[in-house]
Amino acid sequence: MVRLFGPLVGLFFAVALLWSFGNGAYNAVTQPSPPTAEALFHKHPKEVAFSFDGAFGTFDKAQLQRGFKVYQEVCSNCHSLKQVAFRDLTQLGYNEAEVKAIAKNWGNKAQTFDPKTGDRGDRPNLPSDHFPPVYYAGQGNPPDLSLVAKSRHGGAQYIHSLLTGYTDQVGYKNGQGQELLKMFPDAKTPDGLYFNPYFANLNLAMPQPLTSDGQVTYSDGKAATVDQMALDVSAFLTWTAEPKLDKRKQTGWPVLGFLLAATVLAYLAKRNVWADKH
Amino acid sequence: MSFPWANEYKPTNPLMQWVDDRLPLPRFVYNAVGAGYPVPRNLNYMWNFGILAGFALVLQIVTGVVLAMHYAANAGVAFDSVEHIMRDVNWGWMLRYGHANGASMFFIVVYTHIFRGFFYSSYKAPREMIWLLGVVIFLLMMATAFMGYVLPWGQMSFWGAKVITGLFSAIPLVGTPLQQWLLGGFAPDNAALNRFFSLHFLLPFVILGVIILHVWALHIPGSSNPTGVEVKQESDTVPFHPYYTAKDGFGLGIFLMVYCALVFFAPNLLGHPDNYIPANPLSTPAHIVPEWYFWPFYAILRAFTSDFLFIPAKLMGVLAMFSAILVWFFLPWLDTSPVRSGHYRPLFRKFFYLLVVDVLVLGYCGGAPAAEPYVMISQIAAMYYFLHFLVILPVVSSIETPQPLPFSITEAVLGKDEHATLAPATPAVA
Repeated sequence: MVRLFGPLVGLFFAVALLWSFGNGAYNAVTQPSPPTAEALFHKHPKEVAFSFDGAFGTFDKAQLQRGFKVYQEVCSNCHSLKQVAFRDLTQLGYNEAEVKAIAKNWGNKAQTFDPKTGDRGDRPNLPSDHFPPVYYAGQGNPPDLSLVAKSRHGGAQYIHSLLTGYTDQVGYKNGQGQELLKMFPDAKTPDGLYFNPYFANLNLAMPQPLTSDGQVTYSDGKAATVDQMALDVSAFLTWTAEPKLDKRKQTGWPVLGFLLAATVLAYLAKRNVWADKH
Repeated sequence: MSFPWANEYKPTNPLMQWVDDRLPLPRFVYNAVGAGYPVPRNLNYMWNFGILAGFALVLQIVTGVVLAMHYAANAGVAFDSVEHIMRDVNWGWMLRYGHANGASMFFIVVYTHIFRGFFYSSYKAPREMIWLLGVVIFLLMMATAFMGYVLPWGQMSFWGAKVITGLFSAIPLVGTPLQQWLLGGFAPDNAALNRFFSLHFLLPFVILGVIILHVWALHIPGSSNPTGVEVKQESDTVPFHPYYTAKDGFGLGIFLMVYCALVFFAPNLLGHPDNYIPANPLSTPAHIVPEWYFWPFYAILRAFTSDFLFIPAKLMGVLAMFSAILVWFFLPWLDTSPVRSGHYRPLFRKFFYLLVVDVLVLGYCGGAPAAEPYVMISQIAAMYYFLHFLVILPVVSSIETPQPLPFSITEAVLGKDEHATLAPATPAVA
């Protein structure tokens, strides 16, 4: 039975696939789908090095503090950071008093609700509070940034490229010298959106956030160029997405070392046991 | 259920004697994975993967049970509770990364185990039942892994659940009501998340039960071996302990090193970034893809792009995807060659390696966007997949001339066997 019906079932699926393949091939020849503007003009993130790259990389706390300052003064106007608590900032090297002050002076206050009176109000943030939500009245819906470094292909490199990638759409050419608006006149960025070739569909609702050198004043004397600010905030957002990165790698090496030693012993034991059987 | 020369359990410790007289559990273990189980002496490292798969299951159960203590299966808080595990639970990040990558490792070893079975025809008589139970385990694993991926309630969780349960809607007449009944709603939501969590907790223990049957069935004829020649005499076997416990210990060390390298240094390598975006029913991801271990079957599903003989393309895709696994159930009867091992089957061997490449191509296409040329490549690859199992294998079995087999395992290992011309085969005593 199996030998009778088996080949029939196999041929049934094969013929159905051949039919699909034929139709697909016919369509590909008669109605070739032209390349899209995204396919031709979307750019992959720029290669930049971060201190936390690779198996030995760790966070640079000074850079994280600078990145936090960029977030505080620029990004936090529109973007929340709800997975992170103020107390977590101690991991960036701030002491408890500093964290208390940062929480207390944070622009958005913590929401309160009195169940007895039904009154709603606010109070200064405490270190135990998570970063408060941001209510944004403008166009678009700014995403929470807690996990943005892990939820985009390219991670920190992507954030850095996006922040420094805003450019004029008029006359924009890709690596092959093709000009976007000449090839795709309809791809002109609509009003209220901004052109950025690193964004998946080339136009995003966020205006260029880092516009001029010195926009944020660094307290450690580092020159706050746009590129430096973009690098620092990308590093900071990698920390918010993966705060246990240092701990993870620190744990990994002794674990692998132990396993290597145990595996060598297991191999020697195996050779010893099998010595008379080969 | 063993060979007549198997060691007998003789406890010397009075406590073990006492236990064995009342409940022969120590004897059971001794005969199953101890010195009481004679195993062919020529097993290569491909025979490590059964134990590794069992280890991976235990790993998943242990990490999963602890994760369940901290996870909240509610659509409103599930995503945040996973982040709570990652940030605030002591060693929670290690548990979660260990569980997510443990699933990948489980599939890596199980796929290797299955393809070992293909190459050495481990499914042939008298081991058909072991094979059938193995396919059941694989199906249960796929269901468990799919539901587990829904639990973090990220974008791929939500849209994956929507696509996979949407497969049932392809069934004529009852499809859409069936899909709504499975989900407990019109789209994945709290009801779906809760039942998936419940089933994700239950199914691993069902898998454990089927594994016990799988190993039980294995102990009736005993393990197969790379020559495919059955055990004939005592010199063909060694006791499982210490020979294979030692060999499996080494294999386990390699497994753990690969696993820990993933967990500690590349924990998100095999995942999709979109699952770090909370589920949003109003925003469809550009490319919905399942986890990598489903990619070959996902490619087969998407390869059917045209209606065929009044059967809608979607239904064809669903039928083909399930058939791609169900066909494994019929392998013992499709491959009728009396020779088991691919080492002695030159023609079969060529098609086997073609199948390996074919499945890798399908996997690549399944992870790629549903666009040309990937769709056309996956159509060719899917065609070969079905022809391989259902047409090529039966034909090869009947036209192929196998190479001569060694007289015994002993001869295969030592190059000579003094019983080769004298002793009749010793039958296994069931």
